Amino acid sequence: MRVAENLNEALHGLLDDDPTAYVIGEDVLDPYGGAFKITKGLSVRFPGRVIGTPISEGALTGVAAGLALTGNTAVAEIMFGDFVALAFDQICNFASKSVSMYGSRLPLRMIVRCPSGGGRGYGPTHSQSMQKHFIGMPGLSLYEMSPFHDNREVLASMLERGEPCLFFEDKILYTRQMGQTDPMFPVRRDGELAIAEADDRPDCVIIAPGGMAHRALAAMRTLLLEDEISCRLLVPSRLYPLDVEALLPYVNGVVIVAEESTAGGTWGSEVAHLLHGRVWDRLRGPVRLVHSRDSVIPTAAHLESEVLAGESTIHHAVREALRG
Amino acid sequence: MTEILDRLRLSRLGDDDLELLLLIRHFELKLLELYGRGDLNGTTHTCLGQEYVPVALAPLLGEHDHVFSNHRGHGHYLARFRDPHGLLAEIMGRQGAVCGGVGGSQHIHRDRYMSTGVQGESMPVAAGVALHLRRAESGVLACVYIGDGTWGEGAVYEALNLASLWRLPLLVVVENNGIAQSTPTTAQMAGSVASRAAAFGVTHHLVVSTDVNEIRTSLEEPVAAVRAGRPLVVEFATHRLGPHSKGDDIRPADAVQAARDNDWYVRYANDHPDQFHRLDGTIRARVEAIAEEIAARPPSRWEASSSWEAS
Repeated sequence: MRVAENLNEALHGLLDDDPTAYVIGEDVLDPYGGAFKITKGLSVRFPGRVIGTPISEGALTGVAAGLALTGNTAVAEIMFGDFVALAFDQICNFASKSVSMYGSRLPLRMIVRCPSGGGRGYGPTHSQSMQKHFIGMPGLSLYEMSPFHDNREVLASMLERGEPCLFFEDKILYTRQMGQTDPMFPVRRDGELAIAEADDRPDCVIIAPGGMAHRALAAMRTLLLEDEISCRLLVPSRLYPLDVEALLPYVNGVVIVAEESTAGGTWGSEVAHLLHGRVWDRLRGPVRLVHSRDSVIPTAAHLESEVLAGESTIHHAVREALRG
Repeated sequence: MTEILDRLRLSRLGDDDLELLLLIRHFELKLLELYGRGDLNGTTHTCLGQEYVPVALAPLLGEHDHVFSNHRGHGHYLARFRDPHGLLAEIMGRQGAVCGGVGGSQHIHRDRYMSTGVQGESMPVAAGVALHLRRAESGVLACVYIGDGTWGEGAVYEALNLASLWRLPLLVVVENNGIAQSTPTTAQMAGSVASRAAAFGVTHHLVVSTDVNEIRTSLEEPVAAVRAGRPLVVEFATHRLGPHSKGDDIRPADAVQAARDNDWYVRYANDHPDQFHRLDGTIRARVEAIAEEIAARPPSRWEASSSWEAS
């Protein structure tokens, strides 16, 4: 099953199981079913609880918060994750603050879905990875979609937190298969952490969010076949707050964090900081960061691939790290 | 609003209404005094001159209605809960604070009352709440207090659009005091509140009176219509007697004088001296005693901070 279908089924399941659940967003109604077809079939099956809105990201996120405030479960879709900037106030100054700023905990069951990332030629304002802008906001959790985490389970985890969650969905994943990996690197799960490795004595550990996982796996294949370098891939579902303790048993020696974000203030730097504080003595050197260039994301394919971090960036970084 | 809008004699209020008006007035005056003495942390925005707005609305709103207040919300809170102890404890960070002293003057949540400190932010949230109410609690409404300055925020228009489009039970109360912090409305608003509401097909009702009884009568029908899914903007042409927050009033003397000339407090004292003087001193003394009692309480506690200590 493709990742998009898995997510669509997860939303069907959520609306089916939870009579207070709403899905709200721009162009989410059938027969269109959302710009990426993730909401297909929902409005026909659950009329009244799937709400198409005007082009008003701030308002639709605020409405989702209002629904959550009155005890409902709200899933808001931001058509392109880049537009979540228009909902920054509602997410950061209202919804996440409301969880704790009134003195006692006010639980909110609310998810804001953000189709993210480049690689599809949508250009500078439709290709960004916005995760880093939301890291460190009290009362706000960040998750990323992954082929190794069933989306029904991930939605449930987010809602259980009782605070607003951003769900970043790398658009490239939509058309890939759930669970798709390289036969050389079987994937297993330890709690919410997905682990892929060829053997249990890797030369290098790569930590990557879901959208980067298949690029990391591709790099791991060539590294193993061409350079006899063995890597372990770790894919957490929740990016922030990161369950760093869950990573520790799998981290030592050479560690790389790979993500698609452009340079500067990245998620990887937060991960590195957390690991340095806990396992510095087990590392061969500082955690290395792989990310896209300090650049806007161009539209033309040849320019876009120059900017975005991918298989070759990871491959290069691993070789550099082991050489160093 | 520099002209005197309403020179008519104010009608006589029940003691209960007058007591509430006076409670808000003396509460706000007390806050300014406490700030002046350095007894309060941070800032505050008093509603001096605008007390009659939430007092007039109080019986028109039921306990199931949601109220969203803003930075200038002490009057809104007191008119709903008549709880000066909890509010002052919140503002002073003392035990018994409504929100443990975390939210302070601008961020208060109690039952179906919530205030936030960012302009216009509550409007889409209130639209979401109203959407829930329309489906789950027919006849109940969501009320949002905003100011004239709030109309600079895009969130207001996004929410008005939804309210009209989805026929939401949303009551928007605009306290147009003619000044946004230090900027006169004439320097920050093109057109008018009425024309902006009209652009969304939302009914607009202008209130120039400061007579609580008269305001209530005029609002009964429009507010009832809100409950049936006809959103409404009620614009009060009102006057901010005091500074925006504290000691930051740069208005010319005649503008301040105009606000004073419109002050219900002075006018009511003239129109109904016996009742006014019978209650005014009592309420002032009561607020005085409350302030002393709250100031003597130990600091408030926050459950989150105790969990940090444990971790």
